[in-house]
Parts: sequence; structure tokens; C-alpha cells
Amino acid sequence: MNRVVITGLGCITPIGSTVSAFQESLFSGTTGIAPIAAVPDAPDGDPGVRYSQAAQVFDFDPAQHIDSGIIAATNRNTQFAIVAARQAAQQAELMKHHAPGDIAIIMGCACGGRSSEEHEVKGLYTRNARAHPLTIVRTMASAGASNVSIDLKITGPTLDISTACASATHAIGLAFHMVRSGMSTAAIAGGHEAPLSWGFYRAWDSMRVVSPTRCRPFAADRDGMTLGEGAAMLVLETLESAQARNATIFGEIVGFGMSADANHITQPQAEGAAAAMRKALADANASPEEVGYINAHGTGTQANDATESSAIHQVFGARASQIPLSSTKALHGHAIGASGALEALATVLALREGRLPQTAGVSNPDPSLNIDLIVNEPRPTEPTLALSNSLAFGGLNAVIALRTWR
Amino acid sequence: MDDTAQRCIVIIAKAKNIPTDTITLDTSFEELNIDSLDKINISFEVEEAFDIAIPDDALGSLKTVGDVVRGVDQLVAAKAASGSAPSAKPATP
Repeated sequence: MNRVVITGLGCITPIGSTVSAFQESLFSGTTGIAPIAAVPDAPDGDPGVRYSQAAQVFDFDPAQHIDSGIIAATNRNTQFAIVAARQAAQQAELMKHHAPGDIAIIMGCACGGRSSEEHEVKGLYTRNARAHPLTIVRTMASAGASNVSIDLKITGPTLDISTACASATHAIGLAFHMVRSGMSTAAIAGGHEAPLSWGFYRAWDSMRVVSPTRCRPFAADRDGMTLGEGAAMLVLETLESAQARNATIFGEIVGFGMSADANHITQPQAEGAAAAMRKALADANASPEEVGYINAHGTGTQANDATESSAIHQVFGARASQIPLSSTKALHGHAIGASGALEALATVLALREGRLPQTAGVSNPDPSLNIDLIVNEPRPTEPTLALSNSLAFGGLNAVIALRTWR
Repeated sequence: MDDTAQRCIVIIAKAKNIPTDTITLDTSFEELNIDSLDKINISFEVEEAFDIAIPDDALGSLKTVGDVVRGVDQLVAAKAASGSAPSAKPATP
């Protein structure tokens, strides 16, 4: 089996639309959570919800990057995917070193082009309007993977995976397995999401899980999640090909585990998350003692953070309270189907820089969780093994294991 | 330049993200790098703006901005003559 390394990174996120900007925010603890900007289609731009903050991308102008016809045919989530994938592919010089048919594109997206759908449906229901002729291609959830393949002329296995908030982690994990097995020699893997429409804001408001203040994962006074958007992409390839061409290696993916709670559509269960972590470690041929960082799913809801902590105790036993852990959602918000990609990117950068990011804005970790939450500032680390957890609504769990490259 | 032409040019300029003064009636779609996606997008915006329905077989014959403007004028005139919008609503399945 091939070893699989990361040779390219790209992102469009609320804390930076280049990897260097993302990294700077990550380690300085600069949050992308901000007052909700005017929402298209909502009366006076006001979504009319009980919360006022979201993690939005403010510095993205598609016309700077993408041809007008493609802009007309795509939703914002796909535009994020195109640009983030280009960044990663360019950094890796992917197209120069791999045949188009040997490259896979595996991406996660939970919401598709729902803002485009909503806009057309508003016209339909209120004035029996015609739909824009590109509505279908704007809204299909696989548009991201399709457009990246068209943009980069990649002809290998190409698909989008939809597992709610675990979508991107499932995508990265499956891409990892495909490269490890030799099915593809390289892959672009990640996630893309731009769900912040009026209807989306309102639907989440009704669920009563969005923080009226700001997402504070694992804090004693945590009061919910903060919605976000963005995309992040990793180029994966075999260690052999990366070394043969002397590529810069940013990290290594060593394991992937997934599971289903088979229990409840919204209430997570610790056993499912624990099973996914155990499977990722087994897949990495690693023992729990080797884990030196966990990038938690850490949404900031009472239920997630308690259940995830409990799962960590199940897997790591007495050591659970000594493993440095953080949730970077306090910085980049919850980008739903793309979230796992933003967190994988954060984990890769953390291992590469030897600095574990803090859980920004949290000064009072919940003592009942009995975890080693990184707060206030990044914490230095030796080379280590890290887990990046994604635990989705519907009980779909995905965990990837990454190692420092040295 | 008449009102129809001005409005068509504004729609095309917006769709292509270019200044209106780079477009005249003689400007061809080819010069503007209008691809099939642009064309379908611009056609829809023109239909919406003038409340007309461009027939399928007319789309293929549009080569210049002037073609669009003349087509719009004809469809608007036809609509006025018949007293109602020509099948602006989608067919019932």
C-alpha cells in the first residue's frame, strides 16, 4: 500500500482566502465570526433570526477568478471549490506531474446550491416566475466536483459526497484510501459550502442550536454553534511520486475511520464517534498513546461537545484528559459540509508548524468535560499524530488521522 | 441608440462584467467571448427584462448585439399586437 502525503493546499474561508492568510488567523486567534451581512432575498436583508453572527467570506469576488459563463452556471459554493482547488493544484504542480486520468476529485458538500434554489423558488411562489435556465446546474450538489474537473481538465474518478457536517472528512478519507490503494496516484480532496441563505438561517434558527452570541466550543457557558461557509482543498499523492519529484510535503494522512450511530437524527451518541476514532487509529496502525492532538468537531452546542468529550474518554481512557484538544470552529465557524476540510487544513498547518491552535474566545473550559482544551494561545508540540473529527447530524461520523511530516 | 438597445447592452455588459462602452450594435458575440453558458444566461435576463419568450430556434441565429436588439423589438411588437405575452409561463407538465 502507498503512503499518502499532502503536497498542495488551498482555501477560501472566513479567516482567509489564501492558505497563508488562513494560517495567520489560525495562530493569532483572529476569528472570522462577524455580524450577519445583508441577506439576499430577505426583506431589507434582515434574516429575522435570534442570532446576529455568522462566519462569512467577505473578500471573494468570483469575477476576479472565473469566466462569466461559469459564474452564471454556478452557485457560490462551486465558485469557492473552483478557486480553492486551483490554489492547491497550482501549489502541488499537480497537472504537471500526474496524468489527468490518474487524479481523483473527491469533495464534500451537504447543501448544494440552496441559495440559488431559494432565489428561484421565491420568484416561482410569489409571482409564478420562470426559473433561470441554469438553475439545475447551479443547484446540484455535485456541481463542485464537476466544475473542478472541467476547470483543471481532470478525468479521473470525480464525485461529491454528502454526509451533512462530516461530508468533507468522508471525502478526504475516501480520497486517502483511493490513493493508498493505487486506484489513483493523486487526488484533490476537500469540501465546499456556501449555504448562508435566508431560508437556511431561518431553518437553523428554528432548531435552536445556533449561538445567540458566538460559538465557544467546550466552554462552560457555551450556547451553540455559529454558521459558516467556505472551502478547503488538499492535494494528496503517493509518497513515492512526491519524493520522486522533490515536492514540498505538508503532512501525511495515515488513517481514516467512519461509523454511524444508528440512533437519532439530531442527538449524537458517544459510541459512534468513539468507533470512528478507533477505526481511524486501527487504519493508521497506531495506538491511542500516539495521539498528541485532536481537532475536535467541537460545534459549541451542549450536546455535541459533551458527547464528543465522552467519546474521547471511551477511546483514550485515563489519557483523555491529557491530550491537547481544540476546536477551530471558534475561528472559521461551522462550514457544514466543508467544515472537515477547513479543520483538516488547520490540522495540517498545526502539525507542520508545531503549534496547536487555540480554541479562540474560550477562557473557561467546561470542567465537567475533563479534557485538555487549548485556550488563549497556540501550544507548541513535538511531531505527533493528530485526529480530525467530524460528527454529523444523522449520526454519520468520520475521523482522519494525520502525522507530522519530517 | 434607442431604449431597447441601451437596455440590452446594459444586460450584456453586466453578464460579462465589462463596461457598457465596449459594446455597440455591431459587436459580435464572438468578440465578447460569449460562450453557450453566457448566451443562455443573457437570453434569460433579456426575457425577464422585456417580459418576452425567445423561441428556441431563434437562439441559434443570434450572432451580434444588434441581432438581440432586433429580435427583442420584434417580440415586443408581436406581444403588443396580440395583446398578451407570448407563452411567458412554463408549459404545464
